[in-house]
Amino acid sequence: MGDERLAGRATAPGGAPPRLQLTGIVKQFPGCLANDHVDLAVQPGEIHALLGENGAGKSTLVKIVYGILRPDAGEIRWQGEPVRIANPGFARKLGIGVVFQHFSLFEGLTAAENIALGINDAAARRGLKARIAEVSATYGLAIEPDRAVHDLSVGERQRIEIVRCLIQNPQLLIMDEPTSVLTPQEIDRLFTILRRLAAEGRSILYISHKLEEIAALCQHATILRQGRVVAEADPQRESAARLAELMIGSELKSLKHGAAQNGAAAPRLVVQHLSLASTQRFGTDLKDVSFSVAGGEILGIGGVAGNGQTELMSALIGETLCERAEAIAIDGNPVGKLGPELRRRRGAAFVPEERNGHGAVGEMTLSENGYLSAHHRLNLVRHGLIDAAAAVRFARRVIEGFDVRTSGTAAKARSLSGGNLQKFIVGRELLQAPGVLVINQPTWGVDAGAAAAIHQALLDLVGSGTAVLIISQDLDEIFAICNRIAVINHGRLSAARPVDAVTLQEIGLLMGAVQNQAGKDADDAHPA
Amino acid sequence: MRIRLEPRGQQSALWAYGSPVLAVILTLIVAAVIFALLGKNPGHSLYTYFIAPLVNATARPELLVKATPLVLIGVGLSLGFRANVWNIGAEGQYTLGAIAGGGLALWLHDSESHLLLPAMVIAGVLGGMAWAAIPALLRTRFNANEILTSLMLTYVAQQLLIYLVVGPWKDPEGYGFPQSRLFQEAATLPILVPGTRIHLGVLFALLAVGLGWLVLSKSAIGFQLKVIGLAPRAARYAGFKEPRLIWLSLLLGGGLAGLAGLIEVASTVGQLTTQISPGYGFTAIIVAFLGRLNPVGVLFAGLILALSYLGGEVAQIELAMPSAVTGIFQGILLFFLLACDLLILYRVKIEWREAVGARP
Repeated sequence: MGDERLAGRATAPGGAPPRLQLTGIVKQFPGCLANDHVDLAVQPGEIHALLGENGAGKSTLVKIVYGILRPDAGEIRWQGEPVRIANPGFARKLGIGVVFQHFSLFEGLTAAENIALGINDAAARRGLKARIAEVSATYGLAIEPDRAVHDLSVGERQRIEIVRCLIQNPQLLIMDEPTSVLTPQEIDRLFTILRRLAAEGRSILYISHKLEEIAALCQHATILRQGRVVAEADPQRESAARLAELMIGSELKSLKHGAAQNGAAAPRLVVQHLSLASTQRFGTDLKDVSFSVAGGEILGIGGVAGNGQTELMSALIGETLCERAEAIAIDGNPVGKLGPELRRRRGAAFVPEERNGHGAVGEMTLSENGYLSAHHRLNLVRHGLIDAAAAVRFARRVIEGFDVRTSGTAAKARSLSGGNLQKFIVGRELLQAPGVLVINQPTWGVDAGAAAAIHQALLDLVGSGTAVLIISQDLDEIFAICNRIAVINHGRLSAARPVDAVTLQEIGLLMGAVQNQAGKDADDAHPA
Repeated sequence: MRIRLEPRGQQSALWAYGSPVLAVILTLIVAAVIFALLGKNPGHSLYTYFIAPLVNATARPELLVKATPLVLIGVGLSLGFRANVWNIGAEGQYTLGAIAGGGLALWLHDSESHLLLPAMVIAGVLGGMAWAAIPALLRTRFNANEILTSLMLTYVAQQLLIYLVVGPWKDPEGYGFPQSRLFQEAATLPILVPGTRIHLGVLFALLAVGLGWLVLSKSAIGFQLKVIGLAPRAARYAGFKEPRLIWLSLLLGGGLAGLAGLIEVASTVGQLTTQISPGYGFTAIIVAFLGRLNPVGVLFAGLILALSYLGGEVAQIELAMPSAVTGIFQGILLFFLLACDLLILYRVKIEWREAVGARP
């Protein structure tokens, strides 16, 4: 397979110029060529996929189109006219709207107030509520304008963002990874809305790395890899495997599962009736969470972001202590009131979601970051001083054992790509031979190659009798490697069930159980 | 033309060390302008201020004497600042060190014991620690900002000192001056180099630099301080206990400031007066940052700031400048240092062509 770059289609079949046409866009960042002569043409009424792995340059391209970044070279044409998009305000005036992956809403303000903030023109703000009601009725985007954002689910927040865009009547709507935070049912509803928008002649640039979604939704796909357009494809005709190959640049190895799990293994991590108030404002309290993970088993906890995952992780690591020691037990020892060091000493290891700043210190070297969590179990302190040579040796073992691409143990953690740093952190925890491993979002923002390596490492670890708990928003991941699945929603955890005995739809219902009840009346008014 | 700051994406190692150098150069340029505006010959004035104290053989040892308290305090503050513990009240802790150690000397003013001086050193350290313990307690118990509490306690300490030297500790034979009696021989630090004022305290400062370096770059505790400063969540993840590190930072900073205060009154000052510090505790903040929060760097920065004190004295005598110039130059240096530190994370980009507003 090669870098076949098909010529960007200059015009639509009908002869009208493309709504947006990028030619030869180049953007250089320090140490990274984010966009390398990217060509892209989006036609009116088209749902166009921009497909690529994390770090392929998709977000940079969006920021250029939206006027947040300026390209170093290249031309942007809007409706056939060359334009220079100086800022987002100008992009909005042209008719470009973006719904970003990370929402830009103020939690303390209401939905209507948030929408008003996005409108620069004072005159346009008058009668806004009526317009909001009109737009949400037309497209079935149920929102409650007067509710504060912090009370809303992620799906509702996304609807506010979409309404905020639509109210300005955009001709091009850019959706950046919109489904990563949605339940399967919410995804279906979103797709209906997007199809309706396209039918009105609006263009949609749909950014994702999820192949099934793109096949279901998009008529055309532009595939980016390492900043370059490697292919243009029709996602409804190409196989998912072929698209994945184009996106990743190599074939993915399939996972090797270990021997069949022994159902009678003793539980190693037991959580009983864990209730904990969140330490964060607008956080989610944990309510009576109970589960257990046996040796040789992977339990997956699914759920939409912000339903208590962060709080659960923090309680399991020991960053927040429980009121009762028995709430958490490792190999039968109550550890609920112990800090992270003592839990590690009892055989636990943890991989938090955030790599830079939580699982690792970006400004520190890899050997220092190895020392960060491993110093206790590996005895890297002698008479109060750090055994630097041993720390370097340990970091080297991690780098070699987990194929971390880096200049060496003296490289700063921040200099590593997301996937490589994640491999380093996972490797650091695994080489401590933990009895219990808790890992939050193991492959979030990680390229597919690294994700496969991490999944394989976890399966190997489980084969050696470790109990593994995975907290993930990626249901595909949970179904690929976990034995059982539970779902966290509003701080409550469902009962765990074997993955081969549940369907995606059932899990989706559990993920949305409570929030769907809350928003039910509004939803029923505008059936999707 | 547009001047733009562009993030580098990572820290520039070159500018981490280049920034203090550039800041010193810019300070000298502004100093020359100020001299010129005051009607002095800038070249001669700069020489008098910044070079003469280095050339003069009797002034050179004074550099070490002046640098001693700055380095001692600067090392302590560096360790705390690394952990994002902003102890601004070293001046007060210095004062309390002087009061505690000096008070011991006054109380035992008949004693000629060899143990008196070590006892005074310990008392000085404990005095500074006790003063720093108040912000530590308030921060760890009530989450009160240590910047405010430590700074406010500085003024309390100064009032306490004034009360003592005009009141209970006033020299009975001092003609009513606000000062204590002079310390006896056994309560004074020995001179190391005869004919100069270089005293034992200079060795304390060097020792503090060595130990500070060891703690920061080799020890487990120093690692914890760095991690909590760079990434507090990573510190919690690793299981480092934040309250303990806050206590440690403040007690270390306070202890070293207290030691500096005791050393100063038991050597060059020789008694307790209302004038025991020309703002060493505040200047040491500049020293810590100019020295890149690195004990070895603090040593050099301490010498540079000591030079600003000496130059200020020379300038008063030879150039008839007000004593405020010292403070002005120190302030300008801090100003430029903070500005130049921007270059560590950003590069300056000058765009000559106008960003063209587009046609809709």
